Amino acid sequence: MLNVAYLLPALPLAGFLILALFGRRLGDKASGTIGTIAVGLSFLVAVGVFFDLISKSNREFTQNLFTWIPVGTLQVKVALLVDPLSVTMILFVTFISTLIHLYSMGYMHGERDYAKFFVYLNLFVASMLLLVLANNLLLTFVGWEGVGVCSYWLVSFYFEKDSAASAGKKAFIYNRVGDVGILLAMFLIFQTTGTLNYLSIFADKGAFSSLTALLVVLALLLGASGKSAQIPLFNWLPDAMEGPTPVSALIHAATMVTAGVYLLCRMNPILNLSSGAQVTIAVIGAATAFVAATVATSQSDIKKVLAFSTVSQIGYMVLAVGSGAYIAAIFLMVCHAFYKALLFLGAGSVIHGLDGEQEIDRMGALRKFMPWTYATFLIAWLSIAGVPPFASFWSKGDVLDNVYRRYPALWVLGLVTALLTAYYMSRLFYLTFTGKARFSEPGPNGEPALPTPHESPWSMRLPLVLLAIGSILVSLIDLPWMHNHDLVSFLSPVFNGDLYEPHESASLQYILATIDAVVAVIGIVVAWFIWRTRAIQPKLTPAFLKNVWYWDNFYDTIIGRPLTKLSTFSYDVIDTKVIDGAVNGAGALATRSASRLRRIQTGQVRQYALILTAGIVALLIFLLTRAF
Amino acid sequence: MTHYLTQSSFPYVAILLLVPLIGSIAVALLHDAQKAAIRWVGLAASLVTLGVAVALLIAFKASDGGYQFVTQHTWASTLGISWLTGVDGISLFMILLTALLIPIVLLGANEERRTKSFVAWMLLLEVGCIGAFVSLDLVLFFLFFELTLIPSYFLITGWGGANRAAAATKFFVYTFFGSAFLLVGIIYIAAVHASQTHHLTFSLLALQGTHLSGVAGMLVFIAFTFAFAIKAPIFPFHTWSPDAYAEAPTGASIVLSAVLAKLGTYGILRFDLTLFPHASKVAAPVLLTLAVIGILYGAFVACAARDLKRLVAYSSVAQVGFIVLGTFAFSTQALTGAVLLMLNHGIITAGFFLLIGWLVKQRGSFRIADLKGLQGPAPIMAAIFTIVMLASIGLPGLNGFVSEYLVLIGTFVVHQWWAAIATLGVVAAAMYLLWAYQRVFQGKAEGANAKIRDLSWAERGVIAPLIALIIFLGVFPKPVLDRIEPTVNRVLDEMVVANCPPHLLCSTSPVTMPGANMPGATK
Repeated sequence: MLNVAYLLPALPLAGFLILALFGRRLGDKASGTIGTIAVGLSFLVAVGVFFDLISKSNREFTQNLFTWIPVGTLQVKVALLVDPLSVTMILFVTFISTLIHLYSMGYMHGERDYAKFFVYLNLFVASMLLLVLANNLLLTFVGWEGVGVCSYWLVSFYFEKDSAASAGKKAFIYNRVGDVGILLAMFLIFQTTGTLNYLSIFADKGAFSSLTALLVVLALLLGASGKSAQIPLFNWLPDAMEGPTPVSALIHAATMVTAGVYLLCRMNPILNLSSGAQVTIAVIGAATAFVAATVATSQSDIKKVLAFSTVSQIGYMVLAVGSGAYIAAIFLMVCHAFYKALLFLGAGSVIHGLDGEQEIDRMGALRKFMPWTYATFLIAWLSIAGVPPFASFWSKGDVLDNVYRRYPALWVLGLVTALLTAYYMSRLFYLTFTGKARFSEPGPNGEPALPTPHESPWSMRLPLVLLAIGSILVSLIDLPWMHNHDLVSFLSPVFNGDLYEPHESASLQYILATIDAVVAVIGIVVAWFIWRTRAIQPKLTPAFLKNVWYWDNFYDTIIGRPLTKLSTFSYDVIDTKVIDGAVNGAGALATRSASRLRRIQTGQVRQYALILTAGIVALLIFLLTRAF
Repeated sequence: MTHYLTQSSFPYVAILLLVPLIGSIAVALLHDAQKAAIRWVGLAASLVTLGVAVALLIAFKASDGGYQFVTQHTWASTLGISWLTGVDGISLFMILLTALLIPIVLLGANEERRTKSFVAWMLLLEVGCIGAFVSLDLVLFFLFFELTLIPSYFLITGWGGANRAAAATKFFVYTFFGSAFLLVGIIYIAAVHASQTHHLTFSLLALQGTHLSGVAGMLVFIAFTFAFAIKAPIFPFHTWSPDAYAEAPTGASIVLSAVLAKLGTYGILRFDLTLFPHASKVAAPVLLTLAVIGILYGAFVACAARDLKRLVAYSSVAQVGFIVLGTFAFSTQALTGAVLLMLNHGIITAGFFLLIGWLVKQRGSFRIADLKGLQGPAPIMAAIFTIVMLASIGLPGLNGFVSEYLVLIGTFVVHQWWAAIATLGVVAAAMYLLWAYQRVFQGKAEGANAKIRDLSWAERGVIAPLIALIIFLGVFPKPVLDRIEPTVNRVLDEMVVANCPPHLLCSTSPVTMPGANMPGATK
């Protein structure tokens, strides 16, 4: 099966091509089916590749496809690297992608650009698989940009809405800022090692001075913070919720936004060269986790809460990377992919059932109307809140244990964030599914009452159920007492084995786990007392948090507006008056001094030009005739 | 140092020049009313030229970095002017680009009014451009270089917008002014060479050996570079271009920006680097700085541009910045990237101007404020515009990325800081293009904008080759790179890069020329 690894990106790419060229003629039903099947087949190939790989003793397989950019010493191939890390990624990426394609067939029903939606979605999956399977940085960058542009298209899918168009643009530009980091990292690495191939870079890691290693990792971190929505580039992700909900689930929760974490994990041998860079990564991750969690407590749009929650959870992953706990980061990434996709699809089901309403102030009591959505959302809620024995208890606990060992201060911040997580997710859950049925009343701003909600069709319910089962089972891949035949032993070769030190004494582990569980329960209980009865409590949702710490306003003041002014000034003054003014002035001066000559000449460019043409053409023809 | 020249039994170059020239004359002889005949003759001539250019590409030996298909005939030995033409990996793709774009212009951007003159001037412009790209004699180059000016001038004044007269005059006078310096420079270097060897010649190959003192070399370098900087146009000599591109009819905008302007960067590559290697190296920091300023400044101004054509014009200033950056970095990757970018930028801007032209034809305006929500009524046009836009932004998988990346990484290994700052240009390009896209194509279309019809099948067919190239050169640029790199290595070898530390990637191995059968001028 390893020999057909190229099929992984090729199948969705083929789906993309078919749908892009013939989608409109095929019709909606066929388009959706083709798109879903292409990705589903890719998942089957991923399973085959996985079993083939674990049957081998050498778990590092490179598949060369063709030479892409060969110039001098820069030789970039299109080649795939199948190893435990990339296989872990492709398994959950293709599985969740398949479910979300299936869900989209129902959710996007009746949309004008239904076929186009699947065009983008298939291209996205192809790009994401290329990103994780590439054997060199530049090819990863191809996938990286591919998922970015699909995200741009899908966020601004409802292009007639100005907010959607702006959000798509914002997502792309924030990512581009991050891309500068990736490009500079590549340049530095190429300058140092003469290659962009992962395995060759790692083999030559001795060539990095500590300063170069620091700069490379910081540049990569900038890129990761763009893609994975971390400080200072996190604030595009909440806006990206303008896209259709399946997109939020797939791209802006489960897969694309974790690409930054994947890249940092992939580059682990270089990260390990610079402890200064690792501390920076850990601080960025912890700070992002905390800031986003505080913001999530005060949002009233169901998708915005989940978006900030995603930012916060990825913050944990980055914190884990900064602590050297790469496997914990991957473990959390996989678990998060399941429960966060489930949360988003559940939210989509709620929005679908309420005719597009997204404000949790106007929900409540949906438990009775949407039992399937309720039950699956309940599992996702317990999973993310960190209640034992659900997924986040194990995976976030694993992260926090490692942080405790390395940076005790950040462990405290991580614990506070865990408390906030349990709190804001519980608030969301109570306001949406329990309490009074507020949708049947007029809204706070006089909106008319909403019609009675309805449960979603089976194409949407089935993915919810499968993801709920997945969310429960996913933690089995890495339970603390099975470290000999699970994710840790599988991934260890990629992270040099020795990086994953065994935990401290069993008693300390139990103590830490207990603290995690207690914190989760406190968050849930506190939220229950506060939000059980009342949906609107301005004191607990301050403007500072509602407005995301005024982060956007800050950027607008120090970057956006000055740049706009500078740009207009460049156009209207520098270019028009100064540079062109100088040219015209010189021209006028020359004309005046030549006015004497002018009297004896016609002064017309036109006639000069004609005579000149005739002359040159005659001369050239003469030359030609003489020459042959 | 020996120059390797290969001849060919088939006179590709002469045919490349004669076919459009004959076509131009034939069209001129037709009667104004014979529109169909005019179109067919023009199209046939341009298509035959394209066919010959493709044959040239096939006959071109990829690994041979020297000049191929060389023809040399002395014309007036007393004057030292000779008919010396040839093709190498740098000019090859410029010739192909020219030959590709002229039929596209004649199919997609022909003028209804006075079609005869339009087609005749367009074909003459093709002669001028191809002629300049194949000339290896400085006077011959100069003649073709000037020849391009005239059709351009008449194309702008004949079919341009409201302010066409002012724009055309500015274009003509400004570039003509620059070429006066070029002419002086050419005569000077030939005179110095003659005094050293008692042999008057304008052959590039012979003049390459000319020894110039530091100051004189720098002055002649400046004279050449000034002319080319205006043509390219390099910041701050660019102000003719926004007006000229905006006022010119679509066809002329395409050829002006995609091909004609390339004569500037081509001239630098072909003549500055080979004739004045020392001055080029001394002046490199200045040019690199201008390049980086151009990249950022062009992007800044493009953000504030109020119409689509000026936006593309300023984005071209930024792209030319990348070409100049790659040229003066003197590394294999950067220079290869610069040559590839000349081709890619030509394809991309041609795509832009073609689409804008079709839009103007329907909507009567290319002002951004007049347009809105076009993606609704014209999804195919929006999709094709998006592909061109993303190629220009430098999305991997499309052609623009490969060249930009090569320029940046090749520059970085020798001049970290310039490259690092230039890298910011990738953000800026996304800003102005996506913002323009949002204002023009997104939002809700109303009024005249809602009535736009989508691209016809004919229009899709015309732009299809450009889109195909954008994708092909993004996914599989190897065949092109394989043909550019040997020439680039030859140019860098000839510069005999002094004091070259080993990590600078300057190739030291002699360029091998399989199939070379005619050792040419030696120095």
